[in-house]
Amino acid sequence: MSGHVFHPGHAELHGITVVVETTGEMVYVGRYHEETPRGVLLHDVAEHRPSTDGPSREQFVSKTLKFGVRPQHKSLVVPSAEVRRISRLVEWG
Amino acid sequence: MPYDPRMVQPMRDEMVQMGARELRAVADVDAVLGDPRGTILVFVNSVCGCAAGGARPALALALRHAARPQQVVTVFAGQDTEATARARQYFAEYAPSSPSMALFRDGEVVHFVHRHMIEGHSPQDVAKGLVEAFDRHCATSSV
Repeated sequence: MSGHVFHPGHAELHGITVVVETTGEMVYVGRYHEETPRGVLLHDVAEHRPSTDGPSREQFVSKTLKFGVRPQHKSLVVPSAEVRRISRLVEWG
Repeated sequence: MPYDPRMVQPMRDEMVQMGARELRAVADVDAVLGDPRGTILVFVNSVCGCAAGGARPALALALRHAARPQQVVTVFAGQDTEATARARQYFAEYAPSSPSMALFRDGEVVHFVHRHMIEGHSPQDVAKGLVEAFDRHCATSSV
């Protein structure tokens, strides 16, 4: 039960909490599962939707990094055409 | 639904072998975390093979360090659900994740390791961060 468990056949980011920046205004933080023909499948996903009185995307990610992911979606597919960049959440520290 | 207890027993044993005390009931949690004195590390155990499979050995490595928390306790997410929920009330500002670790000093969370800080990292990397936290927060109160 110790040590690393690898998942052969899965993408490098499988099981990793990532930040998905889109070509639009939405930013998602969730656990990467896989890329399907429909898009990138994430689990336990929090989203940032810009608003005039809410936190900026940087503040949202920074708070999530420190205090953890508070999921709004059990699973979510982000269409591949809308994905601008995927990075590990810990890289935002 | 909890996993078969026989399946998770090795994960419990791994924690006990490194010196952690299992908190399996709400009263057990309150007895430890209700007394804010000293340094306490709470390890939220998990069946997750990827993250917990690295987190347990990471903590075992870190606990070999001279500076260490006075108490190391563990709750098991998805298994001892009431005890885990109670423990999480003591660090409610942090989103629930498992595995995770909360280091308390005199009742205040001074260091928190989320699942996302464990995923994809080696036990040695995670242990390094824990040792730094132990040096910063436990050096004068270790036993």
